[in-house]
Amino acid sequence: MKRRMRRNGKREIPSPLDLYKLLPRTNCKECGERNCIAFAAKLVNKDASIEECPPLLEKEYEEAKNKLWKLLKPPVKEVTIGTGNSAVKIGGEFVMHRHELAYINPTAIAIDVTDELPHGELLKRVKEVKDCTYTYLDQELKLDLIAVRSTSNDRARFKRAVEKVAENTVLPLVLCSFNPSVLKAGLTSISREKPLIYAATKDNWKDIAELALMYKCPLAVSAPNDLNLLRSITQTLIEYGVEDLVLDPGTDPNDGFLDTVNNFTTLRWMACREGDELLGFPLIGAPIAVWVNLERAPDVSKWCEASIASILVTRYADLLIMHTIDGWAMLPTMILRQNLYSDPRKPTGVEPGLRIFGEPDENSPVMFTTNFTLTYFTVSADIQSSDISNRCYLLVVDTQGVGVQSAAARASAAKGGLTADMIARAIKESGVEEKVKHRTLIIPGMAANLRYKIEDLTGWKVLVGPSSSAEIPDFIREHWYKERKS
Amino acid sequence: MEDEKKRKKAVIKFGPNACMHAKLMAQPSRIKPTKILEAAFTPPIVEYPGQIVEVKLGATKGEGGTRRKSIVIGGEKSLTFYDSRNPSPHPPVVSCDVFDMKIPLPKAIKMHIESVMEDPAAWAKRCVDKFGAEMITLQLTSIDPKMKDTPPKEAAKTVEEVLQAVDVPLAVGGCGNPVKDLAVFKEVSAVAEGERLLISSVSPWMDTKGAAETIKKHGHVALALSGMDMNEARELNRTLYSILPREQIVMDTSTASLGSGLEFTYTLMARIRLAALMGDYELQHPMSSGATNAWFARESWKKMAPQWEPRKLRGPLWETVTALTSLMAGVDYVMMMHPAAVRTVKDVIQRLMEKRVKKPEKTTDWISIRI
Repeated sequence: MKRRMRRNGKREIPSPLDLYKLLPRTNCKECGERNCIAFAAKLVNKDASIEECPPLLEKEYEEAKNKLWKLLKPPVKEVTIGTGNSAVKIGGEFVMHRHELAYINPTAIAIDVTDELPHGELLKRVKEVKDCTYTYLDQELKLDLIAVRSTSNDRARFKRAVEKVAENTVLPLVLCSFNPSVLKAGLTSISREKPLIYAATKDNWKDIAELALMYKCPLAVSAPNDLNLLRSITQTLIEYGVEDLVLDPGTDPNDGFLDTVNNFTTLRWMACREGDELLGFPLIGAPIAVWVNLERAPDVSKWCEASIASILVTRYADLLIMHTIDGWAMLPTMILRQNLYSDPRKPTGVEPGLRIFGEPDENSPVMFTTNFTLTYFTVSADIQSSDISNRCYLLVVDTQGVGVQSAAARASAAKGGLTADMIARAIKESGVEEKVKHRTLIIPGMAANLRYKIEDLTGWKVLVGPSSSAEIPDFIREHWYKERKS
Repeated sequence: MEDEKKRKKAVIKFGPNACMHAKLMAQPSRIKPTKILEAAFTPPIVEYPGQIVEVKLGATKGEGGTRRKSIVIGGEKSLTFYDSRNPSPHPPVVSCDVFDMKIPLPKAIKMHIESVMEDPAAWAKRCVDKFGAEMITLQLTSIDPKMKDTPPKEAAKTVEEVLQAVDVPLAVGGCGNPVKDLAVFKEVSAVAEGERLLISSVSPWMDTKGAAETIKKHGHVALALSGMDMNEARELNRTLYSILPREQIVMDTSTASLGSGLEFTYTLMARIRLAALMGDYELQHPMSSGATNAWFARESWKKMAPQWEPRKLRGPLWETVTALTSLMAGVDYVMMMHPAAVRTVKDVIQRLMEKRVKKPEKTTDWISIRI
């Protein structure tokens, strides 16, 4: 079967007009918007939900409301694992490519423990998961779940391990076994916390489905490298009455990796483009599968696991089960998912203007950078990293959210370019000339090409700073305090 | 109208199960199934109206150069690594950066090349023989008037030395100074006539047409470098079309590192490739990415809290992830440095390009393994 690609294929994101037709069109403003078309535009962008339109809740609009709900429903169902503040939502996705809207729920990462780990080691690992946090820009990156695997296949053991983990973490759990009675033992004590049950297969699906219904927990479906079977089990489970499913098409880190990437992509395509409801569920990837091959050196396995995790983050995995917890291997995956799941519709710039660090005086350094969010947060973190630099003035120049390197390469201010003119103006407008006695400006190394123009226009002396802001403290020590004194 | 009919037909073809399911769901009382309900499906093979042009890099003796073999990139008719039934015709190529002078590099990279850092020919040879580089990008950093200001003739000599040391196709990079770069490109292009070098780069902020004339005259290929902007990239290609055939243009819209704006790079590449496949003529070129830029991100080289160490592993993994992410966006030519990163990326490419029928089911049982 062949499909000629035309616009977005079969399932398209509705336009504001499609939605407007179904709204009351009374412009009653009860939703807080100027009129119904403005509300429709917000609905399209997921900035508002249909519950915010009170008239829609009335009986006469019931049919329209149902139609709207159908139009706005994500093609990938949103599934919640856990309860309360640390509950994790996965799926809920609308698009294949983030520029078509945005990716919604960042890929959740679960770290494994087993029911055969000695008590001390188990607790240590649970703590390591909690401690694996990293401050990036203005966000706290962290790990999301703990996957308890039954390597013993022993009910009592699994039950004890699950209880122990649950007592020592607030994170939601994934209970992993193919044995229904083992899973049941684990579920009895913590089912109220809504763990994810992993997994129903072609052999055990019936017993597992009963568990999912009895304990009202989300359920994973595993059919390694067999999408037809996966779709068939899914259909069966839905008929059985299980609603919250998560699909695992299998992760083969070795010879079958092509199939793995292919399967993930096909599943998301079928959901988002073809509107296939049976495949419209979140996807599980298992980079942990690299550890099946125990002949590799541990560092090599960790490296492979991280590489595979990064590919699966770009290729639609909504939940990853991993073994590695070493920071060097986890950090790239954690940052990658933050990057790709950031909202491309949000402006990329911070407020331009003068920022003051510490308590600078009339001899303190004056520097500039651009208002690209990433650049600004990076530069300010680096300035604050050392006492020597955390006493200065930083001019944030409005490049419409473009970074230093690309801004400096553009000749005009029209499209986020950086010009000497703009810097001269920023100096004037900031009032920094009244704050310092000197007239020396440190400029980013990436903007070195503007040096002479800035000097000509402002009369300030220009000092070309480092290309990486991480070197700002050293630079100030060497070139501001030492050199200028001598 | 015609389209609408076809689409409706397609719905029926694709979703019999989905329709059936909707009906069943509507029934109030449910009979629990006792065996698996078959719900097989066939995903459509997606055809796009556009195609990426094929660009040949390097030339063999028969083709007028001295390379052992030339490499073709591009030619895609569908999204890269989206559907193995509709694969890209050529694998993406990994090229290693070699500099013509000793430059400051993170320790994790330096430890692999320290002894050859002042001999670009030996450095290139190491990249090809030891690291598995499929191409070399010779960065003529020393020509920068602010560095050594190496004259064009001397820079061209370095290019010749590297051409003699290795038999893979070569890319030649300038220093970023628009005037000096052009002067050097002229000399290098003439000296290496027929080698079909990839001249890196031709940008809007230099005498674009002058560079294109030189490249055309001596039969090389332009790496068209723009800022991270789709229209800027289009404009640049349009300028080049007045002189160069499309088969002599590779495009590069600048690569930001993981953690330093990779999402912008990733999404721009994805948008460009989609637009190209949908028929945007001015974007139908193979894409290049400087994954080496990964080393600009502080997390790749900086000493951090013990929890995130050792950086000698974190750094190359940073480069690996940056490169893999651009590959997933559709990049055809990726510039790299660290040998472990090169090996991983080549390995992934090889596995994702395998031409074979689907293997039988293979369970990877990670649930019960004792690690």
